[in-house]
Amino acid sequence: MSAYALTDSWTMTRRELAHWTRQPVRVLVGLVFPVMLLLMFGYLVGGGRGVEGEYVDYLVPGMLALTMAFGLESTMLAVTQDLNKGVIDRFRSMPMANGAVLVGRSVADMLQSALSLMVMTAVAFALGWRAHGGLTGFLGAIGLLLLFRFAMLWIGIHLAMVAGKPELVQAVQILVWPVGFLSNAFAAPGSMPDWLGSVVEWNPLSQTATAVRDLFGAQGAESGHVGAAVLWPVALLVVFFPLAVRRFGALSK
Amino acid sequence: MTDAIVAEGLRKKYGDKAALDGLDLRVARGTVHGVLGPNGAGKTTAVRILTTLLRPDEGRAEVAGHDVVRQAYEVRLRIGLLGQHAAVDEELSGRQNLDMFGRLHHLGARRARGRADELLERFGLADTGRKPVSAYSGGMRRRLDLAASLITQPEVLFLDEPTTGLDPRGRAEVWAAVRSLVGGGTTVLLTTQYLEEADQLADRISVVDRGRAVADGTADELKVMTGGDRIDVVLRDAGQLGAAVALLPVDAAGVSVDTDRRLLSAPVTDRMAALSGVVRALEEAGIEAEDVSLRRPTLDEVFLHLTGDDERVKEAV
Repeated sequence: MSAYALTDSWTMTRRELAHWTRQPVRVLVGLVFPVMLLLMFGYLVGGGRGVEGEYVDYLVPGMLALTMAFGLESTMLAVTQDLNKGVIDRFRSMPMANGAVLVGRSVADMLQSALSLMVMTAVAFALGWRAHGGLTGFLGAIGLLLLFRFAMLWIGIHLAMVAGKPELVQAVQILVWPVGFLSNAFAAPGSMPDWLGSVVEWNPLSQTATAVRDLFGAQGAESGHVGAAVLWPVALLVVFFPLAVRRFGALSK
Repeated sequence: MTDAIVAEGLRKKYGDKAALDGLDLRVARGTVHGVLGPNGAGKTTAVRILTTLLRPDEGRAEVAGHDVVRQAYEVRLRIGLLGQHAAVDEELSGRQNLDMFGRLHHLGARRARGRADELLERFGLADTGRKPVSAYSGGMRRRLDLAASLITQPEVLFLDEPTTGLDPRGRAEVWAAVRSLVGGGTTVLLTTQYLEEADQLADRISVVDRGRAVADGTADELKVMTGGDRIDVVLRDAGQLGAAVALLPVDAAGVSVDTDRRLLSAPVTDRMAALSGVVRALEEAGIEAEDVSLRRPTLDEVFLHLTGDDERVKEAV
């Protein structure tokens, strides 16, 4: 049956893409929301406490990483909604590859995130942000962001499997904010109380944001974080990917 | 040929509650088998186990000659499932749904599209265009669901309460669709709370209560099991019901009384003797009757008798 794993995964991806064409407004909102946050923090909230160099060069990588982190919640919502619909029973009663439902979800979410990164960097470019690290640096940064998103995706799938109810998605939707903000996305940890600064520096989101700043060649960016920005998501994946897959298999328990 | 469905001693517990408590079931190939039972009897759990969605705690089951746990994939190749809730993608159109399910059955893109058109035509959904399923009526959704479970002409089709929540017209539509299938040699397992539905569609019926089969047979055989014919007497004056019960030449244990309808109903063995005996007794006592009639028991009475819930018997009769 694994002979059909690719075909089935593609069919499930097509399903998600068909949902996009069915709900263009939802797709648009998903793309516009992070742009709004970027504009809000760039112009309204201002800030950049303890940040060296241009704030826009500091903020944009932070916002890109934050957007990837928030993807956790949209993945969780989508999987929860799917699990609570009868259609998942039909999929499971059909001779299709076991993981195809999850693969379809991942591919669609990764495409959405890639699209979101494109839109955000375009807007950032218009705001005066520039990637100074050349093409390799740019692609490396996008790669790190998507790797981080991929880890968030599987945490999202796992949480959806564990929680299983739409009400619990709300709790996660709220929790994602403090966790996202306890990072160096907007402000340098050096400007915070010591204990808070340490928490913030440990946040995997901060590692990705710092490495991305470095790869974008932002002025005053700390170097040497690329390794951590690879390791953190990989470590999260090593834990959550098998957990999520096992949970999915255990739906028949 | 072997049976299309065999289940032996299926048990499934949710926490402390046993949803299935040693269910046995046999369904011959090419027949329609009704599984009849009240809410919570374990019907859906049984269907979920037989369609590989759920593993039993104990017992074993074979569908189309394959074990539902160890050969789940083989089983899935040969079954169709119409669950209690519409198992289709609500955001997509009917055509998109069927096309997707066809691809997941590995028909390939072209055949999947062709099959989708064919099924839409057959179930009267050809003119639904791009409309999402969420905008369909209940009956249309059910028909699409049924079409989706027939993509590959399954050997065994499971229908879990296919008409629950439908209006009479939707119900008639689904019944007609199910009847048209049976000719093709498909084995159908149908669960229902509606006796009428089992009576209309099924060759044989298993009555399930509290997770086990309490009776099995044709509708006629089940009717015989409750003691055969009954006599119904409708009095002019409900106040005389008590007196009538006391003096009628029938077995007092099986008598049921419905004050609102001024009706008493009793099982009888010898039809003619009972009829003349009752009429004579009523005349002698001067109790006026509006109607006296002999009849077979309804499946409702059979069902309530077999599941042995006296409260429900009183309500229904």
